[in-house]
Amino acid sequence: MKFSIQINEGPYQHQASDTAYQFAKAAIEKGHEIFRVFFYHDGVNNASNFTVPPQDDRNVVKLWAELKQSDGSDIDKVVCVAAALRRGMLDESEAGKNSIEGHNIHPSFRISGLGQLIEAGIQSDRLVVFGD
Amino acid sequence: MSITKKFMYLNRKSSYGTVYAIESLEVVLIAAAFDQDVSLAFIDDGVFQIVNGQNTDGIGMKNFSKTFHALGDYDINKLYVSKESLDERGLNEDDIMPLVYEDEDDDWAEKPSVKVVSNAELSLIMSEQDVCLSF
Repeated sequence: MKFSIQINEGPYQHQASDTAYQFAKAAIEKGHEIFRVFFYHDGVNNASNFTVPPQDDRNVVKLWAELKQSDGSDIDKVVCVAAALRRGMLDESEAGKNSIEGHNIHPSFRISGLGQLIEAGIQSDRLVVFGD
Repeated sequence: MSITKKFMYLNRKSSYGTVYAIESLEVVLIAAAFDQDVSLAFIDDGVFQIVNGQNTDGIGMKNFSKTFHALGDYDINKLYVSKESLDERGLNEDDIMPLVYEDEDDDWAEKPSVKVVSNAELSLIMSEQDVCLSF
């Protein structure tokens, strides 16, 4: 089955991203495909390359970054541009456009629009939402 | 894109205490460009999103309630409101914004977009959806 996942909450504050990760991992282990993971609301913070958790804790950003499809290919991880920008989450291109120094989107994620969420809903067999 | 699915947006939170309501509306407006079968549901505190006479002057936030009036122009005209959620909050149908759309199949007659339904009816409508996005 083709799954897409929407994550509406940030890491550590909320379990949504952890649960979504466990769900995605289990689905992949069962031979399913993850069409897309879409990060919305505070969920955009799951893509921060500046995340430094204590050494004895899980690194949520890194877990997502390293998760692969069952054939080893990358998983499409999309961060909503509007939600990201208003929360200070920028990739190099958006930082340049807004004349801001530095950028913090982990390279395994990409910034794009809400249309990617709707497309995920259309193209996937199931869209599963994690959040409050 | 030729696939048409039934998308429902579940609005469960009030407008200004958290960001969910306005960011849900942003999804709905973007989604309108995809020619899908769209409906909205307002349940729990989500019913406050479409109450009449909202005024944000005192809180320094944008009053986005007017945007709901534009949904009809985007062919989004199925807005379901939970009767039980209204009752629990001391609200009734008269407290809800009179949102309308123009029915192109009926000589562009103006018709109400909002329908108050019981939770049982709403759960039936939800079960008919392909995609439910919960905010």
